[in-house]
Amino acid sequence: MESLGTITGLTFEQLNLAPFLDEVPVGLAVLDGNGRVLLVNRAYKTLVGFGTEDVRGLPCLHALRCRFCLQGCRVLKGIREFEPVTRETDIINIDRQRIPIRLTVAPIHDAEGNPSGYLETVQDMRQITELSSQASRAYSLGGLVGNSPEMEKIFQMLPGIARTDSSVLITGETGTGKDVLAEVIHQNSDRANGPFVKVNCGALPETLLESELFGHTKGAFTGAVEDKPGRFRMAHGGTLFLTEIGDLPIPLQVKLLSFLDDKVIYPLGSTSGFHADVRVICATHRNLREMVKEKRFREDLLFRLNVVRFHLPPLRERGEDIGLLVNHFLSTFNERFHKDIKGFSDRAKRRLALYRFPGNVRELRNIIEYAVNFCREHEIRLSHLPEYLADVEAETAIASPAEAEREASGLPAGDTPSTWEGLEKRMIMDALFRAGGRKGRAAEILGWGRSTLWRKMKTHGLSE
Amino acid sequence: MAEKLLIPLYDNDVAPRFDLATEVCIVNIVRRPDGTSRADEKVVVLPEASADELCQLIIADGMDAVICSAIEEEYHQYLTWKKVAVFDNVLGPVDKVLQRFLEGDLESGSTLFPNSND
Repeated sequence: MESLGTITGLTFEQLNLAPFLDEVPVGLAVLDGNGRVLLVNRAYKTLVGFGTEDVRGLPCLHALRCRFCLQGCRVLKGIREFEPVTRETDIINIDRQRIPIRLTVAPIHDAEGNPSGYLETVQDMRQITELSSQASRAYSLGGLVGNSPEMEKIFQMLPGIARTDSSVLITGETGTGKDVLAEVIHQNSDRANGPFVKVNCGALPETLLESELFGHTKGAFTGAVEDKPGRFRMAHGGTLFLTEIGDLPIPLQVKLLSFLDDKVIYPLGSTSGFHADVRVICATHRNLREMVKEKRFREDLLFRLNVVRFHLPPLRERGEDIGLLVNHFLSTFNERFHKDIKGFSDRAKRRLALYRFPGNVRELRNIIEYAVNFCREHEIRLSHLPEYLADVEAETAIASPAEAEREASGLPAGDTPSTWEGLEKRMIMDALFRAGGRKGRAAEILGWGRSTLWRKMKTHGLSE
Repeated sequence: MAEKLLIPLYDNDVAPRFDLATEVCIVNIVRRPDGTSRADEKVVVLPEASADELCQLIIADGMDAVICSAIEEEYHQYLTWKKVAVFDNVLGPVDKVLQRFLEGDLESGSTLFPNSND
């Protein structure tokens, strides 16, 4: 009986592999038993610079010019039997570029199981390497901006996750940037050239949502006058972003789970399935674990979606990012509205620093946009901020007798914080005073975790 | 007229990588009036593989030319800026490469392994 994977007859015919291998998007080199090049494909030539006509018969070492080959090559050591080896290494191509690659070398056996040659695959890792480098040093990636530990963790994770095809679940309060993160993941993935299709699962009633997602055939229901491709089909080759996944009705959760298992969708009214090559990213502000307990969300679907999870923290927990984001949005809207606003007055900074931004980054963005629109000077003052922020000042006046007491005590009149750091330090001192020195209570007042308060006290030199 | 030439080595071949070579062949070439040449070779073992160190050696010893295979743009530019002729992407045994150089026919991109078309 013919063993699995062995093709008889074919190996005794003349084979022209080149046209086939040229369609493979990864560099490939077929080597003989002595490690000499028999054939390389188009992707190999694109990456390395040498085609088959240049290197046929040459030792592969001199064709690829790879670091690992010079230091650890099993072929050169005369080892014929080994498991496929994969290494992150680099080459220098004929254009004098050093290129990070992922190299895999595997033995090829004949029908009798004897080693007859080797197959090398060469994958260009420049994009991944660049993303990792970018994420490790920058505070901005795509549309995401942040330098807080919480955001740095996301930036660290993102490049690797983007390149997988795993489902991603993004959680976080409304306005924290879930949509932006989903798009950044898509743009940094292998599907970046494919469609990015967004569907709000809470926006439509169940029947319409099912049709919207999975499509329908003509006559499937009253009003279905023609075939309609669903969003899954429209996202073929790209990414489908399902927002408000916690609002997806149970029956559709079942259909989604079925798709995630076998990648086939069945339009309404159709008996035949369509294989959709789609990566699914979901987002929600709801607590899905609680919903599972309440039987409002399927546990198996949660497990299926939760392969990779990103949690975007609320803005109030991103301390130092607020100043960064303010400056980022100020720059953005200065450019958009052709203005030249330099910054914020001290009172405006104070107002913003005290506000808790229940609408998170989106709200902050809207506030800055409003202010830039209305400001006709070079500095945004209190009067340029939305009026609803005025409640903050009133609350502060009521809740901060310490400040009035401090002013009465004759502190230097000019000693007002002029930086975000100074404002934050003032906030911390005020909270500690109100809490009677109890750090736990002060953290609650500020809306921070204890560790966050400790870290910021240390940063501002307020540690005991 | 004397020339000094450096070739990074891998066994008896031009080393695949300039930056990873741990041995180099230094050739002193004397071109006689009758058109013939004498090439005196010596092999130098380097303490470590380092493109920076190799460039320093090339400049300090007054090399006129370098024959190598893969070399990064950074080092290629540096050497040419220092008036060192660089023949890169040269593949093959040192003997054949040197002979081609002495004949004045060596070019960047030459492949001189047996069965090659060059």
